[in-house]
This record gives sequence, structure tokens and C-alpha cells, in this order.
Amino acid sequence: MNENAIVFEKVSKSYPLYHHIIGGIKRFIFNIPGALKAIKSSRYDALRDISFEIKKGETVGVIGRNGAGKSTTLGLIAGVMKCTSGSITVNGRVAPLLELGAGFNHELTGRENIILNAVLLGLNISEVKERMTSIIAFSELGDFIDQPIRVYSSGMLARLGFSVAAHLNYEILLVDEVLGVGDQQFQKKCYDKILESKQAGMTIVFVSHSMPEIEKVCGRVIWIENHTVKQIGETKQVIDAYIKAQENHG
Amino acid sequence: MNKRLRHYIDLIIVLTDKEMKLRYKSSILGYLWSIGHPLALALVFFVAFKVVMKIQMDNYALFLICGLFPWQWFQNSVTVSPTLFLNNASIIKKVNFPRNIIPFVSVLQDMIHFILSILVIAGFMLAYHKAPTLAWIYGIPLLLLVQFLTAYGASMFIASINLFFRDLERLTTIFMTLLFYFTPVIYPVSMVPERFKFYVNLNPLGPLMISWRGLFLDGKLELEPVLFAVLYAILLYTLGSFVYRTLSGRFGEIL
Repeated sequence: MNENAIVFEKVSKSYPLYHHIIGGIKRFIFNIPGALKAIKSSRYDALRDISFEIKKGETVGVIGRNGAGKSTTLGLIAGVMKCTSGSITVNGRVAPLLELGAGFNHELTGRENIILNAVLLGLNISEVKERMTSIIAFSELGDFIDQPIRVYSSGMLARLGFSVAAHLNYEILLVDEVLGVGDQQFQKKCYDKILESKQAGMTIVFVSHSMPEIEKVCGRVIWIENHTVKQIGETKQVIDAYIKAQENHG
Repeated sequence: MNKRLRHYIDLIIVLTDKEMKLRYKSSILGYLWSIGHPLALALVFFVAFKVVMKIQMDNYALFLICGLFPWQWFQNSVTVSPTLFLNNASIIKKVNFPRNIIPFVSVLQDMIHFILSILVIAGFMLAYHKAPTLAWIYGIPLLLLVQFLTAYGASMFIASINLFFRDLERLTTIFMTLLFYFTPVIYPVSMVPERFKFYVNLNPLGPLMISWRGLFLDGKLELEPVLFAVLYAILLYTLGSFVYRTLSGRFGEIL
């Protein structure tokens, strides 16, 4: 039996620096050899030779400075990108916790957006309908649920998004620094829900810049520095080393 | 596999429903808006070519309506295509769902608007003492399918390429204007000089538009243009899905 939820084996990810072509067809066509050369020579290494294993039911934090490769790692787990070399194994359905309002439409009501978002994230219409009451109750939006979400505050949007995410079918949840919004009481509710999923045996990968948050939920931490794994280990240990490195740096 | 298909269909339903709601949210005027544009165009061309330039044609207004409505569907689908993936960047970067659903739904909802506007065409026909024929029963679904494949193929092609060459959007606008005047929409093929007639069939939209107008105005489908239209539909669909499949693995990187 396979105990691992996510396995990265010597994973590298690089891609061309697309701004050479985003510049436009005109530039590309008038200078084809130059453009092709530029694309070939200017590959950007987003991740280099990364290996780690995440067991089923684990909650793992991913830390590192901006641009270190954290989001690329999540993108590879979610399957929206493919790695250039190495191999990635993901056992279980993956659900991303989207950033504020992503996939929402501002003219539609909260209720309509729940259906839209939940189906995009993998539920069938019938499943959303079954869970609708529970999603609305969790969001605590009350009568606002039938208002267009352009009247929502950012906190209310975050509630709506999290409530949908909390009701998806998944075994692996990806959280990319999205919980910094909403009032304290709702944030607590989100954490409770995350802890609850954790107890229910979900695997959670948690990207954040907030060390207290990481310490609160994660059992292990992967520290990504300079596009490769710097350290993997117990939360406390890695965070201490990370903070120390930051202080020395700046 | 069955479960995936089920989800695929649900995605199409939900996204199409969203587009329809957005279009008609404010009022029933939404419908008038979508038929308003081709009607206004018809008026402009009627004034220019019939009133001013005195084109020698009977029922020119009806002729225009029968061509402009199907054209408008194609034009709308292609014009929005460059930004389809760009506008959905936030979910494309995070969620692994079949992205060709986005152009599919975009073309589908334009098709639904076109189907609704067939009522307007029928209304104009009654005003000109013409009646729908039995050929409509098989002709309309056939041409709908052909035009859907044509527009879906073009839309996948443009939406995918535009992520890599962002100025394709402007080229699309220019290209569509050229295509409009090179396609026999506001003039009949019979008025095209003999030595240029050959080129009408080289235009991927020419045979399709000729077929639509033949179906509405004369109540029948001519074999030759229909065959050409089917051929172009298959070609464009194949090209569009090939480009989409080749590039879609990189969407997450470039957005």
C-alpha cells in the first residue's frame, strides 16, 4: 500500500523567458533567428532538482522568499504545469484554495458563484446542490448570499471562497497564502476547518510567509531557497534556521 | 471515464448558464442588444447600397438580414477569443480543468443567441411574404454544427496563440474587417466578377455564409457550398485543437 500522497523525485522545472515573444508577432517575424536564439538561451530555472515526500494525512508547510519557487511547486502538484525533468507522483484528488475572488464573477450572486466555483473545482452540479445549505451556513453570509458579490467586502469574499473550498471532494488541499483576510473570528473558523480536515486524514500543503501560522498547523516544513530545497524537517527546527538566515541576510 | 464526462458536461452547463445570466441579467433588453447590432448594420448597408448607390436587387433588406445574423455570430466568437484565456488567468494557473471548455462555452453561447435571432429572420421573411421551408428542419441543425466547429476551431487557435503573441488581438480585429468585406455577406456571389469567383471558395467563411443565405432566402441547401463549408469546418477544428493541445501544457507558465 502506498502511504505517500505526494512524491517529487529530482524534479526540475525551467521555462523560456516568454517576454521575448510576448513582445509580439511583429518583432518575432522580423527577427526570427534572433528571437529563437533568445528563447533557447534564456531558460529560467524555476526549480532545480527537488526531491521530497509527503505522506498521506500530513500537513506540510512550504516557506521561502518571494520568487524562490513555492508557487511553482504548488502548480506542479496541482497539475497545471508539467515538470521539465524528474518525476512527480500525486495520489488523490487535489483542490487548490484559490486566492481572493478567483473564479468568481462580480455580477452574479453569492449563491450563483458557489455553483460556478464548486463545479470549476471539481464537483458535479448535483453534489453542489446537496451541499448548498451547508456551504451557505458555513459562510455566515446570511441574506447577502443572494446579493451580487460586487457589494461584498474582501472579508466576505474570502468567506465565500473558503466555504466552497471546505466542501469539495479532495484528499490533498493546497493553500497558497490566502488566509490573511477576513475577521479574526472567521480566520479561526478557517483554521479549525483546516485542523478538522487534518484530523480527517487530509493531506495539506500550506504556503505562507507567516511563521506563526505555519507553526500552528504544520507538522513538517520544506524550506525552498534559490529554486531548490534548502532544508526539510520538523517545523520548529526549520523555522528557526530560516529566521536566523533572514536576520543574517538583512 | 464516465464520471469525467459527467463533470465536463456540468462545467459546460454552469459556464453557459453564467454567460447567459450575465447577458440578460439587467433586463429583457439583453435580447434586443444582441439583435440590435446586426440590425443596425443592416440599416447602414441598406442606406449605403440601396438608397444611395441603388444596387439592382430585390428584397435587399431581407438579403442583408439573412447574411448578417450568421456573420455576427462568427464575428462575436472570434473577436472575444484573444482574451478568453487571459481573462481566466487566475483559475488557469491554479485549477487543472480542461481549458478548451472556455472557448467551447464562448462559441456555444453565441450560437444560442444566433438561434434566438432566427426568429427575427423569420419575422422579416413574413414581412416579405416568404415562409420557412421544410429544408430548415435539417438545414439549420447542419449549418449550426458546421459553423460551431468552424468558430470553435478558430477560437481555440486564436485564444491559445494570443497567450504567446499578445498582439494577435489587434491583428484579429483587422483580419475580421477584411474577411467581412471579402465574404459575400452584403453582396451576392452573382455580382462578384467572373475572374474573382474562384476566390470565394478559398475564403473559409464564404461557402458557409452562402449556404445560410440560400437556406433562409431560397429555402434550400446547395450541395457545393455545403461541402466546402464542411471541409473548412473540419480543417479549422483540426488546426485549432492541434494548436490548443500543443500549447495548453504551457498555459500555466505563461500566464
